[in-house]
Amino acid sequence: MNVPTEPRAATAAIDEPAIELSDLVVERGGRRILHGLTARIPRGAVTGLLGPSGSGKTTLMRCVVGVQRIRSGSVRVLGAPAGSRALRSRVGYLTQAPSVYPDLTVRENVRYFASLYRRPADPDEVIATVGLDGNAGQLVRTLSGGQWARASLACALIGRPELLVLDEPTVGQDPVLRDELWQRFHALARAGTTLLVSSHVMDEAGRCDHLLLVREGRILAHDTPAAVRAAAGTDDLDEAFLRLIRRGEEVAS
Amino acid sequence: MRTLRTAARVLRQLTHDRRTIAMIVLVPCVLLVLLRYLFDSSPATFDRVGLVMLGVFPLIIMFLITSVAMLRERTSGTLERLLTTPIGKLDILLGYGLAFALAAAVQAALVSLVAYLALGLDTAGSAALVVLLAIGNAVLGMALGLFFSAFARNEFQAVQFMPAVILPQALLCGLFVPRAAMVGWLHAISDVLPMSYSVEALTEVGTHTRATTLMWQDAGIILAVAVVALLAGAATLRRRTG
Repeated sequence: MNVPTEPRAATAAIDEPAIELSDLVVERGGRRILHGLTARIPRGAVTGLLGPSGSGKTTLMRCVVGVQRIRSGSVRVLGAPAGSRALRSRVGYLTQAPSVYPDLTVRENVRYFASLYRRPADPDEVIATVGLDGNAGQLVRTLSGGQWARASLACALIGRPELLVLDEPTVGQDPVLRDELWQRFHALARAGTTLLVSSHVMDEAGRCDHLLLVREGRILAHDTPAAVRAAAGTDDLDEAFLRLIRRGEEVAS
Repeated sequence: MRTLRTAARVLRQLTHDRRTIAMIVLVPCVLLVLLRYLFDSSPATFDRVGLVMLGVFPLIIMFLITSVAMLRERTSGTLERLLTTPIGKLDILLGYGLAFALAAAVQAALVSLVAYLALGLDTAGSAALVVLLAIGNAVLGMALGLFFSAFARNEFQAVQFMPAVILPQALLCGLFVPRAAMVGWLHAISDVLPMSYSVEALTEVGTHTRATTLMWQDAGIILAVAVVALLAGAATLRRRTG
């Protein structure tokens, strides 16, 4: 009687976190980058990965998309081991440095990445979403830095992923556009997409549903912005982060 | 399907780069003209050396172009991104292979045309076989380029794989000194270098009116080495890196 397993598996999938880190340890070049991270990142929400440069944000994201060699521990994504074949059509990844082909136009780039997926979004629609409809026929090489990054973002959105891993997607974007992008991220989350978005600017932290604060490869806090503010006893997230760091250091010493 | 899409994408990149296209076509033609007038007093030498060059040029040029193209893919982060999508490693390599094989075919056909019609190249065997072998050599160069690009971290290193990988083959392929006249250990080395078979095959076409068994054997070896290099190249594409 294996009949009941099917529905049970389905319910489990809903309760199951989008990303589950268990005691994740990563070393690069003999240095320990992530010191045993454990966290559960919920589905259908925007989780902000916040921390200073060099705190291990990018390494953590590379673990989630399955391109980082890990020392020990495990990463499960949407119920499967990170990087497994079945996940590749379900996870979209935006690298920190824009990774698109500079010698192709925006549209050619997006169309190429679309051709790798079974049911991609409409290329022109996605190009409009990132505000590049006026530049679709332009070679990426000739775009500004911010436009270049948005071309790269379009290629991450094109596969209609269930999980979007975005490494600093709003760096160098003008404030109006940044606001539009964040609205877009929340619209995606409302439609059921899980987003993991890294940033080192604290004013973006307030826009996330959940925060994962990391420093020197360790998790300082993992909660909603409101709970983080309450725990630190300040409304200013920047100040909250600072207090949490100090508190952590006092405990250590 | 993803292989074809990738090939189309690589070709599209190439068409946006007119200067590279011009160089792929023109550089071997100009070199061949130089060779023709270098051996002005001895057409028979041109028939021998020029013919071999029809195979050597595509091999060198495709080696360089593919190793740099693949290196770019690695250093620009696009390879890492591709490896997080549903595309297979072999799709990527075969896509590149297909695109550059097509470019190589155009190059080989044009250079052969110039050699036969404008420079008076004379071979006992058919020009079609020469073009076929030239394409085979280009495919070999491309496959070697894809493989060796895995060992280069930057452009400086990638470019130097040309003298490191291609020059020894050119020296030992029998063009400068007949392979039979080499000391034993050099001869042994030349036996395992693929370019030796490229040159042997072309020489066979130059001296025999009909395709010989030896030529087909050599062509088979060239193709086999290309396939092995492609598969080895796929093995060097690591999804997970440090």
